[in-house]
Amino acid sequence: MSDHIVSAYSEELERLSADIMKMGGIAETMIVDSTRALSANDLELAREVVLRDLLLDVIESDAERQIVSLIARRQPMGHDLRMILSAMKISSELERIGDLAKNIAKRAQRLDDNVNDEMRNAIVRMSKPVSRQLNNVLNAYASASPEKAKLVWESDDDIDNHYNSVFREMLTYLVEDPRRITAGAHMLFMAKNLERIGDHCTNIAEFVYYQVVGDYLSELERPKQDQV
Amino acid sequence: MDTTQGTPAMMDDTLTLPRSADGAQRIDCRNIKVFYGQAQAIHDVSMSFPDRAVTALIGPSGCGKSTFLRCLNRMNDTIENCRVEGEILMDGENINDEDVDPVLLRSRVGMVFQKPNPFPKSIYDNIAYGPRIHGLANGREDLDAIVEKSLRRAGLWEEVKDRLTAPGTSLSGGQQQRLCIARAIAVQPEVILMDEPCSALDPIATARIEELIDDLRSRYCIVIVTHSMQQAARVSQRTAFFHLGNLVELGDTNQIFTNPREKRTEDYITGRFG
Repeated sequence: MSDHIVSAYSEELERLSADIMKMGGIAETMIVDSTRALSANDLELAREVVLRDLLLDVIESDAERQIVSLIARRQPMGHDLRMILSAMKISSELERIGDLAKNIAKRAQRLDDNVNDEMRNAIVRMSKPVSRQLNNVLNAYASASPEKAKLVWESDDDIDNHYNSVFREMLTYLVEDPRRITAGAHMLFMAKNLERIGDHCTNIAEFVYYQVVGDYLSELERPKQDQV
Repeated sequence: MDTTQGTPAMMDDTLTLPRSADGAQRIDCRNIKVFYGQAQAIHDVSMSFPDRAVTALIGPSGCGKSTFLRCLNRMNDTIENCRVEGEILMDGENINDEDVDPVLLRSRVGMVFQKPNPFPKSIYDNIAYGPRIHGLANGREDLDAIVEKSLRRAGLWEEVKDRLTAPGTSLSGGQQQRLCIARAIAVQPEVILMDEPCSALDPIATARIEELIDDLRSRYCIVIVTHSMQQAARVSQRTAFFHLGNLVELGDTNQIFTNPREKRTEDYITGRFG
């Protein structure tokens, strides 16, 4: 899109969009590192992920201030208006994703010796498609592609299926050995957190679609079959 | 000038637009072309204006929006060299027909200008003048009632009721503009045209006029030309974007300002015009 006559306006929008991408990048590494900390039992890394969430919060509140200022001073219209509203929504989705990743890292620090590798692997396995969803939706945002956004939006079903199978798998480990219950409960929450992150990714996909197309993806058209 | 480029993006507005009970279009313009001598200022514009709704005409300077507005009550007749082609129908009658009296037409289609232009008369006479010459009042009492009603409708009565004999020019700019609106209303028009009615006013006086426009909407067909897109967004239900004498896009105001169909509209409303 060509530049505004007032060049500072274009620069402000670019800065906002860059901050959203920065938040996206941080959230992405938080998911990867929290599950890496889990799989390697790396408590130091887990602690570091928890701290990284603070950075996400700071950028989010800064983005919010930018948005308030843009609305008050520029009275955005058309695509600019949609971009700014989407940035507001997407930044809070990313902030939530950070919270959930932080929670995984916190729980990774609380696991006792009764956890076996299969249990750790089940979570790590599930984190892969979730990270991919986030990566794909950030690509959709960066390239302003409604097609890519729609693809992410339609793929959430896979994550729901993943979650259901991890849930069942985890139950079998707990049934095998009740000493695993405390750690297992933590890990069920981890799986739920990952599933929630998937939901936030589909929300972001909806905002990207709205920003670019100016229309809404209809919830009715979405493939959905989750039971939990 | 290329006249073929302006295919306007007309949305199907039958669902979204406010209409009078019978869904009537108050004015129907067909293939309007306006020439100043050899130069063509309006290229084949067709659009209609619904009753009981505000339609805003926006576009950069020189895009033809004011010229088009002035067609609607034949104000262009007063400009030498100016020629209007096409049909402008009100109640099925072409207002450009020879047997239409422009003075009578202008009482049906009132106009408010950029700079308030009260007559050099008292506040009372500013309002009473029109009803008098059009014979709308039976005696003094009747005229008093018309003056009061018009001033009330224009939201000015409380401010001027104790000094109706003071000159209209003694009022503030915003009050003068409301006086001009009251003057237009006094002759019971069907349509009110406004050509940048707030551009000489401060934000408070502007807000008063906008409140008044919103109020008048329940009775009249209102067409407003404005340079302020925010004003168009605030007061209108429909917006038409003009560029280089063409109607580029006409649609529901919400749609025009949040998701315009045409790139030229998007560029204009977001401040990207090169």
